[in-house]
Amino acid sequence: MAWIEKQRNILDFALSSLVRRWGKNLALVMVYTVIVFVLASILFMTHSIKREASLILRGSPEIVVQRILAGRHDLTPGRYIEKLAKIPGVREVKGRLWGYYYEPSTGANYTMIVTDEHRENVGTIAIGAGVARSSDVREGDMIPFRSSDGSYVSFEVTGVLTPESELVASDVIEVSERDFRSLFAMPEGYFTDLTLKVRNRKEVVVVADKIRRLLPDTRPILRDEILRTYDAIFDWRSGLLIVVFTGAILAFSIFSWDKATSLSFEEKKEMGVLKAVGWETSEVIAMKSWEGIVVSLTSFLLGVILAYMHVFFGSSILFMPVLKGWSVLYPHFKLVPYVDPYQLAALFFLTVVPYTAATIIPSWRAAIIDPDSVMRL
Amino acid sequence: MLKRKSDVFLFYILANIFILAILLGHAFFERKRSQPFLMQRISMILHYQLTDLCLFTDARYTRHPSMADMNTAFQDHPFSFEHFPSGSLVTPPVHIRNNHGLD
Repeated sequence: MAWIEKQRNILDFALSSLVRRWGKNLALVMVYTVIVFVLASILFMTHSIKREASLILRGSPEIVVQRILAGRHDLTPGRYIEKLAKIPGVREVKGRLWGYYYEPSTGANYTMIVTDEHRENVGTIAIGAGVARSSDVREGDMIPFRSSDGSYVSFEVTGVLTPESELVASDVIEVSERDFRSLFAMPEGYFTDLTLKVRNRKEVVVVADKIRRLLPDTRPILRDEILRTYDAIFDWRSGLLIVVFTGAILAFSIFSWDKATSLSFEEKKEMGVLKAVGWETSEVIAMKSWEGIVVSLTSFLLGVILAYMHVFFGSSILFMPVLKGWSVLYPHFKLVPYVDPYQLAALFFLTVVPYTAATIIPSWRAAIIDPDSVMRL
Repeated sequence: MLKRKSDVFLFYILANIFILAILLGHAFFERKRSQPFLMQRISMILHYQLTDLCLFTDARYTRHPSMADMNTAFQDHPFSFEHFPSGSLVTPPVHIRNNHGLD
């Protein structure tokens, strides 16, 4: 009990000391909070996207086979289906028809897809919520598309996909096979690429190897590679994330280094006075440690709470200009909060512990100096 | 009540921890609530045979990063890889990096 009371007294004194230099300490808390906020926002956002991708992309094709011609993705002839179907272990081979359509009036890019269900519904389309938003159309409306010969063809919108599907199909337009081929002048018997189902999942790599040998002008893309792609994209080492991360870590290092190497004249004098009036060195260090804990804990909790609200209630609005890039059609999706105590613990040890530790070293140095010489400074 | 500065600080910390606990609770219930939507998205992936999330629609290699073309490093022309801002968010897929010894 006596120890707790003593620590509370020291904490009282540390808080009074912080309030005396309120301007400097407020700035410190604000900078610290912003750093934690940025790091936590990135961590929450990327982890949720990666988790979502790993869960839902398990439904993607086991193997996609693309034909490569002169170093570019080219149309795949239908005869490849028969060849691939003969490979032992292959259960099903299907031709996929999909492509991109650039809408000049809105500047948006759409992904046009032919599905088995929509194959025969000539003259009609089902559209993603993003397409409906960017073109300002509803179910029952007509949308004109410019075909490859320059003429315009209108399609009736028979369905708009739910907003919950935006993360996967915001820009999707489901169209019939006949309309797709006539719109893009794609010859009969050719597909954008092929998808394969394999009987035994363990044989996927072997089948991919056989595909490479049987059809050397193709490249198989495995589902495992698709899943790993999203881990790589939102890996902490990737692209802009590393830039933001490095910036924040550098700012934090400078900030901790400054704290670790220098104490202000007032702070040193204060410590000298405390020692002169009978404080032990350990008590002076405890007081400075409490100051560090107050600043870092306040900033950490505030930063994490604000980051959670920013990512999961505010749809990462501050990152929006970067995420949107040049996209005209930007999917509106709400990320599912895959946040766990492990992430918070990692963030805590990255931010709070180094700062608190950094405040102890200069305090110890100042606390062991003779109080008389400190007060004479 | 809260006469001492340490009381105010401890109250503030406890209040923050309480809010954080509520947010973690929100995360837990939100995950449960979104389960049917997750199943809906999985069925869409199966239905459309999709390979990628719809995150960036400005360039084909950012719309379908897993389908990115490994034989044409610069996609359309030299320097175009930074043409779209989202290009700086997206690194090459792992199979491309491995095939080119970049990892």
